[in-house]
Amino acid sequence: MFEVRFHGRGGQGAVTAANILATAAFLEGNDVQSFPFFGVERRGAPVEAYTRIDNKRIDIKMYIYNPDAIVVLDTSLMEKVDVLKGLKKGGYIILNTQKKPEDFDFKDYKVAVVDATDVAVNLGLGSRSSPIVNTAILGAYAKAIGNVKIESIVQAIKSNAPTRPDDNAKAALESYNRTILGW
Amino acid sequence: MPMMMLRGNESTAYAAKLARVKVIPAYPITPSTLFPEKISELIANGEMEAEFLPVESEHSALSAAIGAAATGVRAMTATASQGLALMHEVLFIASGMRMPIVMAIGNRALSAPVNIWADQQDTIAERDSGWIQFYAETNQEALDLTLIAFKVAENDKVLLPAMMGMDAFVLTHTMEPVNVPEQQDVDEFLGEKKINYPVLDPEKPATFGAFVFPEHYMDIRYSQFIAMEHARSVIDDVFNEFEKKFGRRYSKVSGFMVDDAEIVFVTMGSMTGTARETVRKLREKGEKVGLVKITVYRPFPKEEIVSLTKNAKVVAVVDRNISPGFAGAIFTETVASYNNEKKRPKIIDFIMGLGGRDVKIENYEQVYNLAKAALRGKFKEINWIDVDEEAVKEVEGTL
Repeated sequence: MFEVRFHGRGGQGAVTAANILATAAFLEGNDVQSFPFFGVERRGAPVEAYTRIDNKRIDIKMYIYNPDAIVVLDTSLMEKVDVLKGLKKGGYIILNTQKKPEDFDFKDYKVAVVDATDVAVNLGLGSRSSPIVNTAILGAYAKAIGNVKIESIVQAIKSNAPTRPDDNAKAALESYNRTILGW
Repeated sequence: MPMMMLRGNESTAYAAKLARVKVIPAYPITPSTLFPEKISELIANGEMEAEFLPVESEHSALSAAIGAAATGVRAMTATASQGLALMHEVLFIASGMRMPIVMAIGNRALSAPVNIWADQQDTIAERDSGWIQFYAETNQEALDLTLIAFKVAENDKVLLPAMMGMDAFVLTHTMEPVNVPEQQDVDEFLGEKKINYPVLDPEKPATFGAFVFPEHYMDIRYSQFIAMEHARSVIDDVFNEFEKKFGRRYSKVSGFMVDDAEIVFVTMGSMTGTARETVRKLREKGEKVGLVKITVYRPFPKEEIVSLTKNAKVVAVVDRNISPGFAGAIFTETVASYNNEKKRPKIIDFIMGLGGRDVKIENYEQVYNLAKAALRGKFKEINWIDVDEEAVKEVEGTL
């Protein structure tokens, strides 16, 4: 089983990202689950969402406490939220940032970065002040982790994106090519 | 059959569409709001032909559903928690008037304190309302059981309303792959709604829910009791028909690794999957443990529960509800089901997961250890799992 936790702010699309990742993994023949942190969402407030992927039936219905990977849509959250909480040793950290992997001091983890905000803004996804980076960051996920192919992510976006499926698919592809791996 | 990624509330909305429900009155409430949202979307997109009535309260929602059902069409609504509680008096009217309405419930805690998370107290509190009760473990079950609920409710030997419970967020907001049946298969399974009883029709006036004197009221209540008893075999028949048509097997109660089990968990709803995973882990260590899942709570499947648990030494009932002053509801009814049995296992109650407290594998391991201690002798009849006993002791004192 592979478990992923997304960190974002209400309005950035973290929940949709978790759903699209699950759909993409399902298209590859896996059983999947995706869910938001159970509660009330508010625009701008910290949001968590989760995806579970397994090549056999998933029976458990509990929160994810020890994810294999975390995806951070907004690194300003890292000042307030312990995004590494419970992350397995050797786990993946995917960050939306202009910085380089070596700028972060995360021992024991694999760090990958992409400027998803720049990708989203260039394609006009959301506005400059509140870009919607969920589809862009999934390109970095596919590049860095590879347990779900970029082609499946693109297919899942095209069938699931609430608006502008083609631009959202482009965002994932462009991020895929711009992702920098720190290992 | 197409697979779709659906949340629990979308599963039940697709079931409504496939059942060709004609009237859907609804009032939004967390965690069920996505149901009316999805229904309005399906109607607006022209995918569903139905009357959506945005009413001013849950009391009105069910009242409107009764009015619609009284004209002979399929009616459905969805609610949760306080919404269901507000419907309380109308629930008895729906079952008393024998209206085969189906209602999807996002099982959620009751106030106070205000809490929007998973808990089965809301539907358990309506146990005596004369509604059939189904509980889903997954979103696939939520869709399937909603279709099944219509077929059972509309059976001439039953004619009772049915509610289909799915745990708040754990199902209502969680997305899973769901096999959505083809319309033609559902049409064949459900058939045209047969109406062998009077309906609201200006040409043939009839009175519904009339005033009744003591010389008749009790007989009408008795007929409701008999109808619920008839539902037992009707549910089995419908489960069989469903399996023939769609290939998925349902039972009022189903066992997992119970044959040689000394300790058996009894669960209902979404917490079952985590219990099954715990059973697998414990089996790998050589522990003789099994699981019994309740899918139908009303009528209570007493014979089936006994036959699946009687070879165990300890039955660990998990209740996501509590009746202060006695125990959890499933425990109480499991004990009562053994009334005529000479040999009975130790039956112990474990209160878990109230108000959305996460039900984890380690909680089931704790239940298992307490049940194992009971094998050797002493045990407490009612156990609260994962509560801060010290904090409560400071306020309320010790028992």
